[in-house]
Amino acid sequence: MKFLVSMAVALLVCLAPAAGLADELGPDQLVRKLSEDVIEILRKDEALRNGDTTAAVRLIEEAVLPHFNLRRMTMLAVGRDWREATPEQQKRLIDAFYGMLVRTYSNALTQYRDQTIEMRPLRISPDETTVRVQTAIRQSGAQPVGVDYMMERTADGWKVFDIVVAGVSLVTNYRGTFTQEIRAGGIDGLIRSLESRGHDSTISSQS
Amino acid sequence: MHALTRIAALFLAVAMLALSGCASTPRNPDDPLERYNRAMFSFNDGVDRALVRPAAQVYETVTPRLVRTGVGNFFGNIADVWIGLNNMLQGKVGDGMSDWMRFMVNSTFGIFGLFDVASEMGLPKNDEDFGQTLAVWGVGEGPYVVLPLLGPRTLRDAAALPVDMKGDPVASLDHGQTRAAFAVLRVVHGRAKLLPLDATLEDALDKYAFVRDSYLQRRRFLVHDGNPPLEYEDFNGEYEDDNGHSSLLPVRTMSDAVAEMAIDSLELVTLVEADAVQSGFAIR
Repeated sequence: MKFLVSMAVALLVCLAPAAGLADELGPDQLVRKLSEDVIEILRKDEALRNGDTTAAVRLIEEAVLPHFNLRRMTMLAVGRDWREATPEQQKRLIDAFYGMLVRTYSNALTQYRDQTIEMRPLRISPDETTVRVQTAIRQSGAQPVGVDYMMERTADGWKVFDIVVAGVSLVTNYRGTFTQEIRAGGIDGLIRSLESRGHDSTISSQS
Repeated sequence: MHALTRIAALFLAVAMLALSGCASTPRNPDDPLERYNRAMFSFNDGVDRALVRPAAQVYETVTPRLVRTGVGNFFGNIADVWIGLNNMLQGKVGDGMSDWMRFMVNSTFGIFGLFDVASEMGLPKNDEDFGQTLAVWGVGEGPYVVLPLLGPRTLRDAAALPVDMKGDPVASLDHGQTRAAFAVLRVVHGRAKLLPLDATLEDALDKYAFVRDSYLQRRRFLVHDGNPPLEYEDFNGEYEDDNGHSSLLPVRTMSDAVAEMAIDSLELVTLVEADAVQSGFAIR
């Protein structure tokens, strides 16, 4: 018994500094921490599991998206035309893309049931600036789904710039649609449809 | 044979529609049949809304999770023989053996495949079909086509369909009603698994393009067995190093993939020859 207590204390001492230095977390540790935090909240929050997107939106905006490099994600989603966009247009694109990510994610989170996340071992050399953190989502009786986080080292800690779910890259998947919108109505056209889309779905999710 | 005739008729129809699609001015160079594809997509979507999705929703409400797991495992198990053969045809002997082991283990210890014991034993489920085998043999994917009822395919995968039908135990059942019942159950079960994605799809700017782009990415991922050549371009100049190269991931390039395919097909030739000598097994 005494042994167990001292083990527990030792563990706490070891963990405490790591928790204090969130910025120093390695990419895989960051992904693990994020997923565990989110799952913890999902387990406790029944409203969220029953489709309450407002709770999911708050969770995503506060806990998840701060660790994403939204500028780079938007750039990758827009593709070649990003260069033609003015700084003002780029800013609006980032904001609109942010809104869309929040909606997509909050939809996905309310579908959570009892999945567990398994981390694949990550080998990384200290001078690496881009890594792919591989995880698998397991659910009893179903094939595991691979979810990979593409991450880059920034001054502000590791940031996610793409998520690849079952081989489908989130950011490049948007590119086809975005390019099509830009061909039809220019960059402003894309911004307009992204913004109006957000509007539509807020209405539909409230009704 | 009957099924094959129908498939052939279907192809003729697709080809004719595809040709008429070519006459229009395509907007997207990656999707030359877009006009036809969009029409067929909305037809399929209508069928889905009217029939398949409601059936899947009912199925999900009335069956306990345990039953659904069993159904999924059962269809997964009978598919493993064909998956294993395709792994063999692609020169991946180890994976092929593992698939056949899975079938044997799950059909016996897993009680007719209702339980996936093999996965617990460390024999992971693979996903292969003849379309992927053709890809490994060097057949290009061709344009994206939306088939009636069957949905998105690349032209290569559409061409592989009759062969995959041959390898499908459900399609080769003799008793018509049993065959139909199994086929319906499989479709409904498969659709039920996708129900959680509906909200995301409805939120997409353009449902058709979203499905197309996801499908094509997913297929390329499967063809490369989970290691597709991924590349993150730089559209900004922010991520360039001193040599003007973007700090892309050190992932495989297209030429790596091509080289690997070449090696794979060499292995395949040796494998087929060895097989033919040993057991008189020939590919018809």
